[in-house]
Amino acid sequence: MRDIRLLPQMFIPGTLIGPFTQANPGMGGVCTFVGEVRGEADVEALELTHYAPLTLPGMHELADGAFERFELMGLLMVHRIGVLKVGEPIVCVSAAAAHRRAAIGAVDFCMDHLKSAAWFWKRELRSDGWHWIQPRAQDHDDLKRWD
Amino acid sequence: MAVKVLFLGPLADLAGAAQMDLPAPLDWAGLLAAVPAAVALQLTEARVHVACAGRVLADKTELRALDGAEIALLPPVSGG
Repeated sequence: MRDIRLLPQMFIPGTLIGPFTQANPGMGGVCTFVGEVRGEADVEALELTHYAPLTLPGMHELADGAFERFELMGLLMVHRIGVLKVGEPIVCVSAAAAHRRAAIGAVDFCMDHLKSAAWFWKRELRSDGWHWIQPRAQDHDDLKRWD
Repeated sequence: MAVKVLFLGPLADLAGAAQMDLPAPLDWAGLLAAVPAAVALQLTEARVHVACAGRVLADKTELRALDGAEIALLPPVSGG
């Protein structure tokens, strides 16, 4: 079961993970990561922009890579776009597999790539206005783990 | 006849707009000459990519955009 989506509105991860788990009968395990907008001081909101011709197709390529690399039965990859408030889920990746290592590895793999190689631009709203979030060296180091 | 140029992420702030129309056909030199200077400066950096007709160009200096094409100027994506 493969479910790759961009969502313009707030979502409740449990409403996606439950049906996803049910849709992979016979699996041995499911691993899920949910990322939320961090409640840092002075951050009021986060805005994610994307480029439709590239962003979702890029997520599908990433999913293809995860299926090639890990023995998966299913993959759920959902990413928010638009304006988010602190505490709202921004991303949810869930992998179902016969064995745990494939599920855990696939989620780790997808998250590292979503963070540093997917077409999203983020800016945060602070009391003095909007600020673009720059790439971080750590994200590129994380990505190199999969070379 | 036009080529639509989109400024993604922080490039929109530098450009002062989210998009602009430029005459077709449009190549790399034409693009650099037509966008605001601050954007042109960014475009010369290797970490800024260019997509044409929905595909990221392996070599952006080979840009050849025909009438009706959409070009996206892609700054580095944000980290986590």
